[in-house]
Amino acid sequence: MATVHVTIPSPLQSYTGRRDVDAEGSTVDEVLRHLDCRHPGLRFRMVDEADQLRPHMRLFIGQQELHDLDTPLAPGATLHIIQALSGG
Amino acid sequence: MTRKPFKTSRPATRTGLLVATRKGAFILKDDGRRRSWTQSAPLYLGQVVHHVVQDPRDPRILLMSVRTGHLGPTLLRSSDRGRSWTESRQPPAFPKAAAGGKQHVLDHTFWLTPGHADERGVWYAGASPQGLFRSEDGGDSWQSVRGLNEHPEYSDWMGAVPNGTPDGPKLHSVLVDPRDRNHLYVAMSSGGVHESLDRGETWHPLVKGLEVVEQFDPSLLYMHDPHCLRYSPSNPDRLYQQNHCGIYRLDRPGTQWTRIGMAMPRSIGDIGFPMVVHPRDDRMAWVFPMDGSGVWPRTSPGGKPAAYVTRNAGRSWQRQAKGLPDKQAWWTVKRQAMTADEGTPLGLYLGTTSGEIWASRDEGANWRCIARHLPEIYALEPARF
Repeated sequence: MATVHVTIPSPLQSYTGRRDVDAEGSTVDEVLRHLDCRHPGLRFRMVDEADQLRPHMRLFIGQQELHDLDTPLAPGATLHIIQALSGG
Repeated sequence: MTRKPFKTSRPATRTGLLVATRKGAFILKDDGRRRSWTQSAPLYLGQVVHHVVQDPRDPRILLMSVRTGHLGPTLLRSSDRGRSWTESRQPPAFPKAAAGGKQHVLDHTFWLTPGHADERGVWYAGASPQGLFRSEDGGDSWQSVRGLNEHPEYSDWMGAVPNGTPDGPKLHSVLVDPRDRNHLYVAMSSGGVHESLDRGETWHPLVKGLEVVEQFDPSLLYMHDPHCLRYSPSNPDRLYQQNHCGIYRLDRPGTQWTRIGMAMPRSIGDIGFPMVVHPRDDRMAWVFPMDGSGVWPRTSPGGKPAAYVTRNAGRSWQRQAKGLPDKQAWWTVKRQAMTADEGTPLGLYLGTTSGEIWASRDEGANWRCIARHLPEIYALEPARF
């Protein structure tokens, strides 16, 4: 299982305790499930019952936005979890 | 020999208010006489808090429903009267739909109700969109009440999500009969009032006599919009309801609602969100009317907020506005934001969309503001500390 780096936005740092964490998985979905095992509850705040990313969550590798949780991730990649600018 | 007076250490009971707001939760505690109040720092500042409720079977336990603008919904649990909180291990979530079925997605948990007094650890949660969940371990894990959430007529009852109320369609007013743990009522906006006699396995609607928006067919359950359903603990067979289309009463085992709001002053009308029933007198109930004319401003009629009380089960209503602003007050009291304590005389409380809490120590005769400058208030619940 490959290790990737994940940057966590501030609303989710109450789960991880820090911004930068490592997680294992070869797809986005596997990485999020691995994170949820270590930080229970985190995934459901990001992904709904239909396995859809919640409306204001965004995922990036570099400058490329990911829309599919089945997107493969290369070992050593950095997955950025971003909260979209919205609300008031 | 003289004996020293026996020194008792009976703890004083303080009345509390659990305040859920659009930007966090707050706890208010009184001085033991409901005269002065202290306010906590915000809890979970920035989180959208829909309901905070104390467990009457174990007052150390509190549950809080939260989400944020970005993050999905979850529940928090305290076992030390709100000093510390932990997240539910398995918060409410709709189960995976069967192949070809519609997958429901929980937006937030809107309503929390402790289970029957004999069922310690049991809680019910009403959701947006409409859904009912039960916990049997004090709120740590939650299961879908399949008899309702997977009812074959679910779509016919609820209608389409975009047709729901402005803050999303919701299941609310979960009532557990204090005489029978298997006897439940729920209300849905939209979807009507429903009853279960078998702890949620099967349900039947209770909407006879309820009006719906003009020109529509009241036999269509998704046209029904009960705003708040309550019973008096002194007589659980007497139900009161503030509906989108008036104020109603139902005396079981009857099934025909009576529109008791027709006795309200015509200039005020009988539209509103909350409903409060006296815990010891089933003839007494309060509403807080709002403007349901034209485009439905949902503010106090004429900018003059007032509670209305009935002392005869809805045959007549009296205005209670002493102490409340007498003009230019354009706020709303949402369906969970008016409540009562158990004191004698009864204490009444209301929270406004403008972030004020108003309290009455004398059953609504006099009101005074006990907190202001809070975020928009979604819910108020009494508590004991």
